[in-house]
Amino acid sequence: MVKKTDRNEPSYLEYRGRFKGIFGWIFSTDHKRIGLLYLYSIGTFFVVGAILGLLMKFELIAPGKTIMDAKTYNGVFTLHGITMIFLIVVPGIPAILGNFLLPIMIGAKDVAFPRINLLSWWVYIFGAAVAISSQFLGDGPPDTGWTFYAPYSFKTTTNMLPAVLGAFILGFSSILTGLNFIVTIHRMRAPGMGWLKMPLFPWALYGTAWIQLLATPIVGITLLMIVAERTLHIGFFDPTLGGDPVLYQHLFWIYSHPAVYIMILPAMGIISEILPTFARKPIFGYKAIVVSTMLIAFIGYFVWGHHMFTAGMSGTAQFAFSFLTFLVAIPSAIKVFNWLATLYKGSIQLKAPFYWAASFLFVFMIGGLSGLVLGAVATNVHVHDTAFVVAHFHFIVFGGVGYALLAGIHYWFPKIYGRMYDEGWATTGWIVFFTGFLFLYFPMFLLGIKGMPRRYFDYVEEFHSLNIVSSLGAFLMIFGLALVIINLIRSARYGKPAEMNPWGGVTLEWQVPSPPPLENFKEIPVITGEPYDFSHVKSAK
Amino acid sequence: MSTPEAHRDDFGSKIGMWLFIFTELLLFGGLFIVYSVYRFKNPVAFHLAGEELDTAIGTINTVILLISSMTVAMSITAVQLGHKKKAVFLLAATILLAIVFMINKYFEWSGKFGHGIYPGSEKLTELGTGEVLFFGLYFAMTGLHALHIIIGVIILAVMLSKVMKSTINTEYYVQLENGGLYWHLVDLIWIFLFPLFYLIA
Repeated sequence: MVKKTDRNEPSYLEYRGRFKGIFGWIFSTDHKRIGLLYLYSIGTFFVVGAILGLLMKFELIAPGKTIMDAKTYNGVFTLHGITMIFLIVVPGIPAILGNFLLPIMIGAKDVAFPRINLLSWWVYIFGAAVAISSQFLGDGPPDTGWTFYAPYSFKTTTNMLPAVLGAFILGFSSILTGLNFIVTIHRMRAPGMGWLKMPLFPWALYGTAWIQLLATPIVGITLLMIVAERTLHIGFFDPTLGGDPVLYQHLFWIYSHPAVYIMILPAMGIISEILPTFARKPIFGYKAIVVSTMLIAFIGYFVWGHHMFTAGMSGTAQFAFSFLTFLVAIPSAIKVFNWLATLYKGSIQLKAPFYWAASFLFVFMIGGLSGLVLGAVATNVHVHDTAFVVAHFHFIVFGGVGYALLAGIHYWFPKIYGRMYDEGWATTGWIVFFTGFLFLYFPMFLLGIKGMPRRYFDYVEEFHSLNIVSSLGAFLMIFGLALVIINLIRSARYGKPAEMNPWGGVTLEWQVPSPPPLENFKEIPVITGEPYDFSHVKSAK
Repeated sequence: MSTPEAHRDDFGSKIGMWLFIFTELLLFGGLFIVYSVYRFKNPVAFHLAGEELDTAIGTINTVILLISSMTVAMSITAVQLGHKKKAVFLLAATILLAIVFMINKYFEWSGKFGHGIYPGSEKLTELGTGEVLFFGLYFAMTGLHALHIIIGVIILAVMLSKVMKSTINTEYYVQLENGGLYWHLVDLIWIFLFPLFYLIA
């Protein structure tokens, strides 16, 4: 399946280490193989999570019970949330593309701690197994939603402990990845690559890594408190013992709001790589993008209260959190303007990665602007806990992370497998997916404004027509997703062999063979120019 | 293929350890926030419950941990200077002190259990919600700290065996430094737990 690289060195795909076959992968400390391990495991969970989402939309196609009762529905939306958040979008881009590309893009042979990197994958798999076991062991699947709100999480008779412990263990994996990336970026940049000569995807991973490191322990201890509450009745969040359930919400969101920036920052990094390559222009406002990345990472810590405007909060706190929420929108908007300015007067090549990136801009703006509706106290109170929130969240997180991840996978596919994906099928898949996506989530904005609450298996008749549109959109989107995934799997095996630099990219990963050899570079490159200098590149094919 | 030595970066390892220590501080930070919120809400109950704890045992344990931090620091210097026997002795002393700390803790906790004070106990529920929270936090925070002591002892034992086998030596001692950093962290957290539970009653 793989060919020799140009220098006649074995590529990382065919390199034979201490172990043969599958053991050569699951015990490999090569950052590229670990990236692919994450790709396959996260990809599998993603298919499961997407099917769960589809089942929910199937249930909501008509009022009353369609295919499942209320209890099953509660279990399904909880598992959908746990899978999608903790197993996919939080680790997602850093674990897959970050692992694969970070060392190559900064001119290093591997990450700083390769064995800790492998450990983080094993911890991830272990955590996933524990979380998923909650579905099959004990007294039935958890039904609290992925937020594990007190007092549900210690009152419910369902099998809560494995779900909470699984999320706790997955946090460790996230921390280890973040720690590894920070040290790698500080210590292993190639000679000449000053901080402001580093490409933007590594910059995004750097900002992300700090959030992973500094926010995850808070949710770790909070989840442990839930465990203590359930097993020892300590009373942290139980009002009958003097505890305060709202305090749980604070602690949970102190992590979980920064966590949405763990999701979106690497996605923004991918877009910042793809747009210059396909517009054949240096990124507009490199420094502004760097600064806004770090600003998002920083301000993101101070906005958690906007999840709790209706949970009992003083007017002053509401005002402060609302103000900070508006503030964090500014650096995101700076990025959008920079991306648009990058495209302006560029000579744009229309290829699948560009389609995904351009549609990212579209859905990200809708997601971002609807976020301001939720960040303003007055409108938030109106649409709180309605389908509007679900629509916003999926536009920004699925629209953000999902589109960027697929953009990135198509963009770096030739580098990863040394083969080209099929452009026609990729484009068809994208069109179907994008259309389905809009039909699926846009009606939910309208449903939310009309007052349809989230997390119910049933609704009143007046919401019926929009729900039909939304559910049909879900089927269309999943069909498009299937086209995209099947195309990628087929192309990894049978695609045309790829050259070293099929898109005419200028970052370092395009200067090593496709697929790269075991240690990426024969000699560590010396960096002299700016990261996005297209003046020496001939126009692409 | 390049050798592992070619990839060695002691400074990088230490950055990694410091980053890990940040995460540990934040882990306990969550509990400290909960402590301060509930102390603010129940000042009288926290005051009375704090007087139930034995300041003498707390003080002894504080001194023990401070000395153990000193011995582990001295063992690093001993390794750097090539005094292997001294380093082995100092590390063994550190582990011994940690065990003494745990024995004290055992007697302290079992004394509380003997008086019917443990999470979920009937007596505690009768005392009132402030006391429930104080002792809940006391057991959770000192318990999590004790878990860190146990992990620390395991790390120090591994370091001890490596020093004995001379895999940690005057040329390569960053692992011992990182182990020492972890032990100082365990000490540091206790320095905050001690006044919060025992002294400001």
